[in-house]
Amino acid sequence: MDKQKIVVIGAGMASGRVLEHLTDAAPDRFQITLFNAEPRGNYNRIMLSPVLAGDKTYEDIVTHDDAWYADRGIATRFGEKVLRIDREARVVHGENGAVPYDRLIMGTGSNPFIIPLPGHDLEGVIAYRDLEDTQRMMAMGAGKRVVVIGGGLLGLEAAAGMAARGAQVTVVHIMGHLMERQLDEAAGYLLKKSLESKGIEVRLQANSKEIVGKDGHVAALRLEDGTDLPCDLLVMAVGIRPNVALAQQAGLAVGRGIHVDDQMRSSDADIFAVGECVEHQGAVFGLVAPLYDQAKVLAATLLGEDAAFVQKSLSTKLKVTGCDLFSAGDFADAEGREDIVFRDPARGIYKRLVIEGDRLIGAVMYGDTADGNWFFGLIKDATPIEEMRETLIFGPAHQGGASADPLSAVAALPPEAEICGCNGICKGTITDAIGAGATDLDAIRATTKASASCGTCTGLVEQLLQVTLGDEFVMPVAKPVCACTDHTHEDVRRLIKTMPLKSQEAVWQELGWKTRNGCHVCRPAINFYLLADWPLEYRDDPQSRFINERKHANIQKDGTFSVVPRMWGGLTNPTELRAIADAAEKYNVPTVKVTGGQRIDLLGVRGEDLPAIWADLNRAGLVSGHAYSKGLRTVKTCVGTDHCRFGTQDSTGLGVRLEKLLWGSWTPHKVKLGVSGCPRNCAEATCKDVGIVCVDSGYQIGVGGAAGMDLRETERLLDVATEAEAIEVTTAFIQLYRENAKYLDRPYKWIAKVGLDWVRERIEDKAERRRLIDAFELSQSIYRKDPWAEHAATRAADYAPLADLTLEAAE
Amino acid sequence: MSWIDIGAIDDIPLRGARKLRTHLGCVAVFRTDRDEVFATGGTCPHRGGPLAEGIVHGRAVTCPLHNWVFDLETGQARGEDASIPTYPVRVERGRILIDATLLRRAAA
Repeated sequence: MDKQKIVVIGAGMASGRVLEHLTDAAPDRFQITLFNAEPRGNYNRIMLSPVLAGDKTYEDIVTHDDAWYADRGIATRFGEKVLRIDREARVVHGENGAVPYDRLIMGTGSNPFIIPLPGHDLEGVIAYRDLEDTQRMMAMGAGKRVVVIGGGLLGLEAAAGMAARGAQVTVVHIMGHLMERQLDEAAGYLLKKSLESKGIEVRLQANSKEIVGKDGHVAALRLEDGTDLPCDLLVMAVGIRPNVALAQQAGLAVGRGIHVDDQMRSSDADIFAVGECVEHQGAVFGLVAPLYDQAKVLAATLLGEDAAFVQKSLSTKLKVTGCDLFSAGDFADAEGREDIVFRDPARGIYKRLVIEGDRLIGAVMYGDTADGNWFFGLIKDATPIEEMRETLIFGPAHQGGASADPLSAVAALPPEAEICGCNGICKGTITDAIGAGATDLDAIRATTKASASCGTCTGLVEQLLQVTLGDEFVMPVAKPVCACTDHTHEDVRRLIKTMPLKSQEAVWQELGWKTRNGCHVCRPAINFYLLADWPLEYRDDPQSRFINERKHANIQKDGTFSVVPRMWGGLTNPTELRAIADAAEKYNVPTVKVTGGQRIDLLGVRGEDLPAIWADLNRAGLVSGHAYSKGLRTVKTCVGTDHCRFGTQDSTGLGVRLEKLLWGSWTPHKVKLGVSGCPRNCAEATCKDVGIVCVDSGYQIGVGGAAGMDLRETERLLDVATEAEAIEVTTAFIQLYRENAKYLDRPYKWIAKVGLDWVRERIEDKAERRRLIDAFELSQSIYRKDPWAEHAATRAADYAPLADLTLEAAE
Repeated sequence: MSWIDIGAIDDIPLRGARKLRTHLGCVAVFRTDRDEVFATGGTCPHRGGPLAEGIVHGRAVTCPLHNWVFDLETGQARGEDASIPTYPVRVERGRILIDATLLRRAAA
């Protein structure tokens, strides 16, 4: 069988790789002819920068020498341009004669883009593309001035190479930061700083206007703002364009590059293209990794194997001594993405990881890129990183299954390493504070401000405490809200206030919830925190409430409900009692009971009947008693001065006024009040969340009582002289509780955590008391209303079954 | 299968449920945050809690009585050896259709 005739046009890195694959796999199957316009074979073009910098010689970077081609039986036509392709006759016409082909490979590469500025054709204006350009630049040494247009990868390598040879180099870049396609602003800033320290001048956001010449040779670059930058050589490194001239002339489908399919086949079934000259699914290619992938695919195709080229994410490294830089993947800001940033200002290190879901999708590093390839691997393989998220940024050294130890990572940080990004606090400041006696998180927050703002670094600070103090520091056992998160209730409350977070979605996203939308444990808590802190911005979400609060009635064990209308301060009248009696009969309420909170409970109401019974009760002026809510329940009173011979103040009236002020408010747990008219305490005020005992001189306000699973007597918060002040203090206390307590902590539990003194200080502070009262009133402008009336009027249908299939006619 | 229109998807709140009265007893019809609709038995096998009144989170519901959590797709209770029946249901042009053959056959 005759050998298949393959002609290759262009001896570049991609086509060279194809030849390697073909001749390795089937040494005798093909008769290959290689054309190259440059008078040499394939060399490693991306190593031109080290050649320019003097780190390597041309000989070092030759990939295929004459012997290699001879060995593999490849006929070389170097220094010979291809004139045209005759597709019909399947012949390539070169300057020195024609060569027939069965299969043709276009590896024509790219041309550097030359900005058509006036003067671009002057002597001394070059691109940075091939060995000739490199040699021109190598001639620039001490006393020579060079301008490089283009602050991308190639331009900076050119600039650094010439600067290393002693030339005075200016980089002119049109964008706001260097290498904007590969770097973010922070890394771009560090790169600029580092280049400047090498004596390279960097001009950003600089528009070139014209190239000024003298005697046919470049003399200066003139910028839009009129500045002239004198130079002996001007290098344009602003990008490349696929070289498609020959393909176009041959009538192949061409866009920006030569159109190819996944097998690298052009619009002519016998002609293939590979490398920088191709366009695949709208993309053109300049970095070497995808070119090698293409070469592999093309070789396989020619060998009759199945292969398809797939575009992958790319990584970039800058080959400039002293500028250690790495970027990979996608690191643009976008919704749903999260950053992990590490900065060490003293060592000029910046690392940023971009995470989407539980995958790393981008990485930018400056100053220390040792872990770059490891990160790139995580990006390419879409490895789930949830498990190592905490220590991810410290690299592979700190990973490794069970041995992943965030403590040693923290211990290894230099003193200048920034721990608290919000307040710019570095490790040394914190360890100094620990040395000076700050031995717990609160003390660190108070003395250094570290972890006092967004709190994201709390874990790091605690680890620092542990590393520094050893066994003396007992890591607080922070109990997360639930399995959906690692945050504690306290963290979540603080972050909702400070970040700030004003919606459930914001909480799930910003605090890294592990579930889609929480669970029955966390969602009611988050719903409360949001509505308590952002009463105007956040709307209460009934779907995040337990059944009792969603249906405004207490569910009983048989699925029926209990209905308790409000009786202000325990007062009622014949109209109300008649309405209650009528409702009990009308809805067949099996049990009617007097409650401990001085009102009447209708037990055993069917869920479907709730809106109707509410509407009936509403008509008599009765509203929801909120016997079902984490909110104000009752204000129990005694009869006070109106009737009692011992009464010292109008305890009933105060109770009614308090209840009318506070009703409808949501609180972390239920809140019960009591007002007794004298120390005989008939209203049992001293076991309520807030209990007021009237005395001759005024009002004794106690807080933190309970008579449930725990039995607690109130502790005295304040004694005040007037009823108005008693109401103010009560309101301020409830708002303080609303703002600070953990969901489902009764006031006594909360007070035990923060201390009664702290509570008292806040309430005694007149400005703070005013703020608390105003904040409560703002919230009440939304929530002081009867949910029964609202539901009966607008949502009655929700209480009925969606459909009743028992009524469907039998078929 | 015989599909019966039982209402509009918007009749069920997002992350909520409604109950459906059938010859088999109460069926709960759920709507998740992503507008997925599921139908399951409406009664918790533990103490008979009304599942249509539970908090819907992800593709799960928590019984309002004692916080048993059921997977809406499979009916399996999490961490318990118990399950609730599930019924085929689909949404077409905003209407919820339930496969009524199961319900009827059991009733016959």
